[in-house]
Amino acid sequence: MSEPVSALQGAIFEGLVKVEEAGPCGMITLRGDLASTQVKTAATGVAGVDFPGQGEANCAGDKGLCWMSPDEILVLCPYDQAGAGVAAIDKLLAGTHYLATNVSDARARFVVSGLDAREVLAKLTPADMSPAGFAPGRFRRTRLAQVPAAFWMRDEHMFEVICFRSVAQYVFDILTAAATPGSEVGFF
Amino acid sequence: MSTRLASGGRLLDRSKAVDFTFNGKRMRGFAGDTLASALLANGQTLVGRSFKYHRPRGIVASGAEEPNALVNLGQGPRHEPNQRATTTELFDGLRATSQNHWPSLEFDVGVINNYASRFLPAGFYYKTFMAPRPAWKHVFEPFIRQSAGLGKAPKDRDADIYEHFYAHVDVLVIGGGIAGLAAARQAGAAGARVLLIEQTAHWGGRAPVDGAEIDGMPAAEWVNDTVEALEAEENIRLRRRCMGAGIYDHGYVMAYERLGDHDPQEGLPRHRLWKIRAKQVVTATGAIERPLSFAGNDLPGVMLAGAIRDYVVNWGVSPGDRTVVVTNNDDAYRTALALKQAGLEVPAIIDARPAPASPLIQAARDLGIKVETGRAVAKVKGRARVEGVAVSAQAGEGAALQDITCDAVAMSGGWSPVVHLWSHCGGKLVWDEENAHFRPDVARPPIGADGAGFVRAAGIANGAMGTRDVLADADAQGRAAALACGHKRRKKTAPSAAAEEAAPLEPVWLMPQGAGAALRAKMWLDFQNDVKVSDVQLAAREGFESVEHTKRYTTLGMATDQGKLSNINGLAVLSQSLNEEIPQVGTTTFRPPYTPISMGAIAGEARGAIFQPLRRTPMHDWHAENGAYWEPVGHWRRPYCYQRPGESVEEAVQREVRNTRENLGLLDASTLGKILVKGADAGKFLDMMHTNMMSTLKPGRCRYGLMCTENGFLTDDGVVARIDDETFLCHTTTGGADRIHAHMEEWLQTEWWDWKVWTANLTEQYAQVAVVGPKAREVLDLMGGMDLSAGALPFMGWADGQIGDFKVRVYRISFSGELSFEIAVDAHRGRAFWDALLEAGAGFGVMPYGTEALHIMRAEKGFIMIGDETDGTVIPQDLGLDWAISKKKTDYLGKRAQERTHMTDPDRWKLVGLETLDGSVLPDGAYATAPDSNANGQRNVQGRVTSTYHSPTLNRGIAMGLVKHGPDRMGEVLEFPRTDGGKAAVKAKIVSPVFYDPDGEKQNV
Repeated sequence: MSEPVSALQGAIFEGLVKVEEAGPCGMITLRGDLASTQVKTAATGVAGVDFPGQGEANCAGDKGLCWMSPDEILVLCPYDQAGAGVAAIDKLLAGTHYLATNVSDARARFVVSGLDAREVLAKLTPADMSPAGFAPGRFRRTRLAQVPAAFWMRDEHMFEVICFRSVAQYVFDILTAAATPGSEVGFF
Repeated sequence: MSTRLASGGRLLDRSKAVDFTFNGKRMRGFAGDTLASALLANGQTLVGRSFKYHRPRGIVASGAEEPNALVNLGQGPRHEPNQRATTTELFDGLRATSQNHWPSLEFDVGVINNYASRFLPAGFYYKTFMAPRPAWKHVFEPFIRQSAGLGKAPKDRDADIYEHFYAHVDVLVIGGGIAGLAAARQAGAAGARVLLIEQTAHWGGRAPVDGAEIDGMPAAEWVNDTVEALEAEENIRLRRRCMGAGIYDHGYVMAYERLGDHDPQEGLPRHRLWKIRAKQVVTATGAIERPLSFAGNDLPGVMLAGAIRDYVVNWGVSPGDRTVVVTNNDDAYRTALALKQAGLEVPAIIDARPAPASPLIQAARDLGIKVETGRAVAKVKGRARVEGVAVSAQAGEGAALQDITCDAVAMSGGWSPVVHLWSHCGGKLVWDEENAHFRPDVARPPIGADGAGFVRAAGIANGAMGTRDVLADADAQGRAAALACGHKRRKKTAPSAAAEEAAPLEPVWLMPQGAGAALRAKMWLDFQNDVKVSDVQLAAREGFESVEHTKRYTTLGMATDQGKLSNINGLAVLSQSLNEEIPQVGTTTFRPPYTPISMGAIAGEARGAIFQPLRRTPMHDWHAENGAYWEPVGHWRRPYCYQRPGESVEEAVQREVRNTRENLGLLDASTLGKILVKGADAGKFLDMMHTNMMSTLKPGRCRYGLMCTENGFLTDDGVVARIDDETFLCHTTTGGADRIHAHMEEWLQTEWWDWKVWTANLTEQYAQVAVVGPKAREVLDLMGGMDLSAGALPFMGWADGQIGDFKVRVYRISFSGELSFEIAVDAHRGRAFWDALLEAGAGFGVMPYGTEALHIMRAEKGFIMIGDETDGTVIPQDLGLDWAISKKKTDYLGKRAQERTHMTDPDRWKLVGLETLDGSVLPDGAYATAPDSNANGQRNVQGRVTSTYHSPTLNRGIAMGLVKHGPDRMGEVLEFPRTDGGKAAVKAKIVSPVFYDPDGEKQNV
C-alpha cells in the first residue's frame, strides 16, 4: 500500500520561531454525550490518557484527547492506528447514540516552537495568548488570520497547530510571515 | 524667519546630524527632530497650500492636531501622501515634498481662487454647479479635480510589510503623559495587567515643557523615574509610537504602532495594528489648544502658543526674533516666558481679558514683557508670512490702536480635552463653563456588556486643569480601573504637585468681538479646508442649524485633521449665530481612527500570496504542473481545463469533452462536500432536509437529492449514499459544503435538538476522482482489486473495496451521462491514486478534464447546476424536477413555501432546452423578448438563458433556459437580443433540455 503523504510533506521554516509541518497524524472525531461514562471510556481507551475538561487537551506522546465542543472530542493517535481506533470505539459504543469517524486525512498539523511562539500566534489569532490566558493543558479552537484552526501546547515554548488540509500551505505561509526574523513584539 | 537656536532642545542629539530633502532641497536637522521642527530650523515656514483657496500655509501645531503641514513622504513604492510633518520623526535620507500647489510651492497658480474667494463661499459646490447638468461632468468637475485634492495617490505597490497583534489586558491606558503614567502606575500596583501606549516617541507629554514639578522634582525627572519603575514591573507593558486609534464595543480597542517610520528597515514590519481586548480603558489623551479667530490667523508664522513653546524647549527652534503672544488665558504666558528665556523678543502679550492677575502674569511683567489687557489682534499683517499685527480693543470692532512689527504670533484660545476616544463608543460630554470646553460626562461613560462603564478619562482629558489636579485625577482613575477588573493588591501614594493659582479664562470666539464682515471673512476656523467664521455664519443664515449639517455644508472639520483645531471654535460661532448656548448646539460625532492609519496596517499580513486562503486538493500540484487553467470555486482553485502547448482554452475544453465521451476522462472531484449524517433519526432528518425521500434508501445505494431553504428555493443538490441503517453520506456542491453543514447543524441545534442525529464534515478527509467514459471499467479492472461489473455494482450503487494499491469507496454515479465511477480514497493517498490512474489509463487514452468539460457534459444531459439554473429565486418545480419531490412526505424544508400561490403560478418560467437555428452559441444571460413594452417602457420578456455552451458532441450551440410556459411550447422559436451590443437577435427553438442520450443507455452499462 502507498505511503500517506501529508499536505506539505514536512515543510520547515526557521525564523523568529521554527515552523514545521508534522506529517500524518491519527485523528478521530467522536461526537456524543461527553458526560456519558461509556463515551469517556471509549475515548480514553483509544488515547490512553485521562478525559479532558472543557477547553482542555490531555496529550502524551502521539496520543491524546482534545475537547472540541460540549458534544465533540478529538482523539489523537498514530496515523496507522486511527482505523483500529474507530473500530474499537464502534465496538464499545454499539447501540448507543454517537458518531466516530476517522479525520486523519482531513487535517494538517504544525509544530510551532521557540521562545516567541506565543507572539507569533498572537499575530494571527484573536485568542488570549498570554501565559495567563493560555497554558499547557489548554486547547483552543479559533482562527488563524482567515481560516479555522486549533492549537494546544506541548510545553511552554512549543505549540501544536491543526487546520484543514486544503489550507495547509496558507497556514504555513502566514505562520512564517508572522515569524519574520526581527519582528518580535516583546509583549509576553 | 524661523531658525535653530544656538543651544537648547531637550529632545535633540546635536551630535548627530540628519540629512533630508524638502521639495528636492537639501536640509539638515538633528536626531530627535520631527520633520516640522527641522523645517522650521531650516527657515522653511511655508510648507503647503490650503485646499480651496491655495493660501500659503505654515506649521501651526506641534502634534497630531496639525492641519497644515501635510507632505508627500518617500517615493515610488514607498510614496505616501498627507503625512503630518509634526508627527514624522526625522531620519537620514527622508524625502518630503509639499502638496496642493502648481507649479511650485512658492508660486502657485491656484492662489487665484484666493482672490475669487467671495465667489467661493460655503456650499459653493451646491450653488454654482447645479445647472446646466452636463456642465458638471464636462466643465466643472475636471477643473475642480485638477485644482483640488491634497497629496498624490501612490501609484506603485507598497514595498513594506505590515502585521496585526492581538493583546488581552485588564487595563489599557492610552496616552503616556504624566496622567497616563500616573494611572498605569496605580493600576499596576493593584495587580492589574496593564498596557500603556503613547503615540509619540517620548513619555511625559507636555509637562516637562510646561515646567511642572512633581513630587518635588522637575517633571522630566519624575517621568524618567516613573517609566523606569513601570518597565521593571512584571504586569505592566509600555509601548511608544503606538496610538490609540479607536475604541469599540466590549472593550475592543485598535492601536496603531509605527515601527519603521522613524527608522525604515527592509524586510521588517512598518506598522503593527494592535487589536486589544481590555476590561477597562483609561484615556489619558491630554488636550489640544484652540486657535483664536482673528483676521489673518492663517498666515504662516501664526502658531499655537503651546506649539511655539514646544519648538523652543524641545527642539531649540526659534519661530522668529519677535513673537507677539495673544491669549484669553494664563497658559500662553508660559510661552512668553520660554521665548524670553531663550533670548528672544516678546514685544507684547495681547490679553483679551480686561484685568487678569496671577503669579504667571506677574512673572511676565517682571521680565519686562509688555502686557496689553482688554486688547485684541485686529488683524495680522503680511502676505505670505507674518510681518506684524494691528492691535485693537477686544470690546470694539477692530479699529487699530497700534501696530506691532513681529515675525510670529503665538495664539491661545484655551485648551480642549481630547475626548475623541471617550466618545467613540458612546461616552457623552458636558460643557464646562469655567474652561469653555467640552469634557467627558463621568455619569454617562461608554457602557460595556455588564451595563457598567468601561472607559475612564484621566487628567486633562477628563477636564482636570493644572498639574496637581491632573495627577490626582489620573491616580484615582487608574485605581478605579484596576478595582473594576477585580484587582486591589496594593495602593501607592499618589504623586503630588503644588496648586497653581491662575486667572480665569475668558471665552473668546471672535477677536475683536465686534469684528465686521471684512474681518470675519479673514478669520480661519478650518485651516486645511478653508472654512472661515463668515462661512459658518452664512450656513446658519441659510438654515443649517444642526451642527452636523453645517459641518457638511461648509466642510468644517472634514479635512484630514478631522477638525481637531476647528471643532469647538466652529460650533461656538454657530451657536452665537443661532443665539443658542454651546451645549445646545453640541459637537459633531467623533469617529475612529483618531488620526489616519495606513491601509497597509489594516490589511496586515493579507497581501500577495496570503491575501486570501487558497484551498488546494491533494492533486493541486499535478494540475499546476500540467497546464491547469484555474477557475476559482469558493476559496478552491479548480482546473477549468488543462491547456496543452499551443492550445486555446476553448480547444482544450472541446478536446476534454470529446475524449471523455469517446475514451476515458478523470475529474478531480475532491472539492465536493461530503457530510456524514448518523443516528437513529438520520433518515427522518434527511427526509426533512431533502425534497425527496431518503429514509427509504437501501444501504449500498445512492440517490440524487435536492435541498431547499425554508422559503422553498433550491439551495443545493447532491448524491446521498446510505452507508448503513443509521448512517448516510451526503454529497454537496463544492461551494455548498460548509454552508450545508452549518445549515444541518443549525436545524439540529435549534429546532430538532432532541433528534438523535450527529453530523461530521468529511469533505477534506477524502480525495475523490471521477473515472468517466466508455473505457472507465476497463482501466479499473486493469488495476484490479474489486468486481466493478454491472451485476456487482449496478448504476446508483456504491461499494467499499480495493483498487490496485488503494482502499477505496466507489460510487457508481454519473454527472456526465457516461459510464462513471466516483472513487474516494484517503486524502493523504489522493495524489498517488491519481498518478496510478494516469499510469493505468495511458493505454486507454486517459485525459484529465476540468470544470468546463464537466459543465458541458452535464448540460448535454440536461442536468441542472446550482448557481446556473438556480439563483435563489428558483424552486425545483421550475426546473421540471417534480420527480425528485416526494408526494408522500408530510413535510420537508420548503414544502409549505412551495404551496404558496406565487410558487404554484402556472406562469412561472420553467426549464427548457434551447437550440439556436444557426447552430451558434446563445449569449449567456440573454433574455427572450416578448411583444410590446411594460408600463415603465421596458421591453417585455418571456425567458432567459441560464446555461449555454458549444457542444463538441453535437457540434452546435446548446443552452438551457427558463421560459414562460416553456415545456408547453416545444418547437416554438424565441428571439434573444445579443448582450454584447450586436444588432441581430439570435433565434432559438424550444426543445427538451436533454440533448444527449435521453434514455441513459450510456451511463447504465
